[in-house]
Amino acid sequence: MLARTITHALVGLDARRVEVEAHLQGGVPGFAIVGLADRACQEAKERVKSGIISAELVWPGGRRRITVNLAPAALKKEGSGFDLPIALAVLAASHQIPIAKLEEHASVGELALDGRIRPVGGVLVAAEGARRAGLDRILCAAETAPEAALAGIDPVPVRHLADAVAYLRGELDRPSVVVPNGRPPPPQPDLADVRGQERARRALELAAAGAHNLLLAGPPGTGKTMLARRLPGILPPLTDEETLEVTRIHSVAGLLPPEHPLVTLRPFRSPHHSASTAAIVGGGSGPRPGEATLAHRGVLFMDELVEFMRPALEALRQPLEDGVISIARAEGRALFPARFQLVATMNLCPCGARGDPAAECSCSPQRLASFRDKLSRALLDRFDLVVAVPRARASELAGEPGEGSPVVQARVVSARLRLDQPAPIPRSQDASELLDRAVERLPLSGRGRARVARVARTVAALAGADAVAAEHMAEALAYRAPRELSSP
Amino acid sequence: MSDLALAAFAAESGGHFVRPPSDPRWRAFRRRFDEASFRAGLHERALRWVGRAEPGFPSLLAAIHDPPPGLFLRGNGEAALLSRTAIAVVGARSCSPYGSQVARTCGRELASAGLVVLSGLARGVDGEAHRGALDAGGVTVAVLGCGVDRDYPASHRELAARICESGLVVSEYAPGVEPAPWRFPARNRIIAGLARAVVVVEARERSGALISADFALEQGREVFAVPGEITSSLSAGTNALLGLGAVPYTSTQDVLDALGIERAPAPAPELGEAAARALGALREFAAGPDELQRSTGLEAAVLAAALTELELAGLAVQEGGVYRAAG
Repeated sequence: MLARTITHALVGLDARRVEVEAHLQGGVPGFAIVGLADRACQEAKERVKSGIISAELVWPGGRRRITVNLAPAALKKEGSGFDLPIALAVLAASHQIPIAKLEEHASVGELALDGRIRPVGGVLVAAEGARRAGLDRILCAAETAPEAALAGIDPVPVRHLADAVAYLRGELDRPSVVVPNGRPPPPQPDLADVRGQERARRALELAAAGAHNLLLAGPPGTGKTMLARRLPGILPPLTDEETLEVTRIHSVAGLLPPEHPLVTLRPFRSPHHSASTAAIVGGGSGPRPGEATLAHRGVLFMDELVEFMRPALEALRQPLEDGVISIARAEGRALFPARFQLVATMNLCPCGARGDPAAECSCSPQRLASFRDKLSRALLDRFDLVVAVPRARASELAGEPGEGSPVVQARVVSARLRLDQPAPIPRSQDASELLDRAVERLPLSGRGRARVARVARTVAALAGADAVAAEHMAEALAYRAPRELSSP
Repeated sequence: MSDLALAAFAAESGGHFVRPPSDPRWRAFRRRFDEASFRAGLHERALRWVGRAEPGFPSLLAAIHDPPPGLFLRGNGEAALLSRTAIAVVGARSCSPYGSQVARTCGRELASAGLVVLSGLARGVDGEAHRGALDAGGVTVAVLGCGVDRDYPASHRELAARICESGLVVSEYAPGVEPAPWRFPARNRIIAGLARAVVVVEARERSGALISADFALEQGREVFAVPGEITSSLSAGTNALLGLGAVPYTSTQDVLDALGIERAPAPAPELGEAAARALGALREFAAGPDELQRSTGLEAAVLAAALTELELAGLAVQEGGVYRAAG
């Protein structure tokens, strides 16, 4: 007897349609899964068998051999989301549920040994795949149903295999999707908490307005991390399209909290400096998104930039340039979007005393040179804004609390509107002359020149000016890479 | 000409001689030394030799009590450059931002006053002094403690090449001599010997720069020391020099006055109001932008523009996020 159901395998961020076929035939008893199933997928055998028995259904054992085929057979299948479709196909093949009804549904989910259905990652993507395949309904764990609903498909939330069977037999109506109770996302840190640090605050605002990458350099304990965490809160809110894009990525990574499945806040990812290249840009045999992709449309924060492994840093150059990461494997290529804003911190020297008026740097010239060498010219060139954050004297800490994030965000949003207009903001003659003079006097490369010009446009947009004036250019020049980072 | 033979013998035997030794090996060496082919070898490598008995040898250096047999020269500068008024700028290799800034400014200003800036091509103060002179389009001379053909330290290869464009790299050691710690004090006596005055920028208590200062004092040259913070170990040597009677270096004018050199005053650049206010605050003490904002009351954006204006005018420099008044 043969039964068939539809599910989807994840390839990168895409869903590929997979048909799960179950066939019962006489012969030596056994249960085989074929079709390039990985380890987790092979182990489905044990979970499916226990699940079916725990749901007080009949395991079609006896003198029959069960073969499950995952087609297309050449596509690698990974993970535990195939448990539910396999169980349903086996049950349909043994006439415990109507085959025709099953074929109208997609399904995805992991089985517990007691028959409960556990959530898996990537349900949003699978649901989108099901909709494209012309299916109206998808069976999935109750926790992931709100996520599936985002794809514009009717999810059938099921808590237990027995519920799924009862529903497919027509004994149970479609359980209603529990809409998240609208609990607001946790509050984001506010810029008003930062006292003093006017230069760095200003740079943060410019970074938000012009989508510039920002490097904060200075001794430890000067509030660099605190500032960086406040960047997502002053960026313009995500558009609907961006929201879905980000949610899809976080769904595949299994990071969506069930209580608010839609990612409405810009992500802030801060990988530890011991992270491998694969952890940062994504990888693995069935490529999985890395931190750079999880930070898509948000902020990738790299604390102690110089401590990161060199290959991991170099791998970031492609996404910084193109906003996309392409990972080539023998089976094909996966493309991950990675349009993030990079914010990094570093010390000015290995011992961390530079920029601290109360400490004396004890670094040897050799150590300083190798410290600078770790930061390649090419990577340093990707930072439009570089701000040295010296240690404040104690009296400065008692400064007035600054503006709150909403005020700054409003300015950022209007500046973005101006910058997004098709005609770029023109540059005045004075500003061009100033830039030429600066290139002669200051250590500024060709790329550095282009960076300064870009930042100057953002300064002008924030000021609401019609053209880039000399004072805008002069301010932009203050955020160039300092000499001690760029030359020996 | 036995001076060149002596220098070649020192290189071959790994020794250091200012006068012919009473050594049979020297006599043997002298007999087989082929001066013409040695000179041809130098010429081939674009190196030159000025012996101490030759008229081109700098008279100041000839006057010290143990002048070298001669100097090997590399670079496009004339040998006569060595006889021009030169000021040595020396100091610690691992200098502070303050030291590197003072050294650079000092090199730049001395060079633009038309003086030759002399130093040892080492990391830190030496390198900054050379760079400062080059920034000003001036002439600078590096004295090595190894063979004249070596770029030591290797990280200063590019700097050495830039010095050679208009200045000189000189050494009393023939090509091929390896750098060794004991050769550096000997090098310092040449730096002091060539200079009319020595400016010590930063030095720890037992620093090679102090050896240069000692030589300079012995030879009756002026010694300047840059005052530093009393809590900084990098200034212990220079502050001690001041205690011993060195002249405090507070601006290039101090050096020019001591040598009786007139310099046309540079026209004061025109500054915007914000820049003038920021400069006024910076002249009181070096500060980060946030501190300056509180003392000047300027907005962050305006202050950033003002500080760039000062940097471009050469009136302020930034290091590690701290701005200092310069010039």
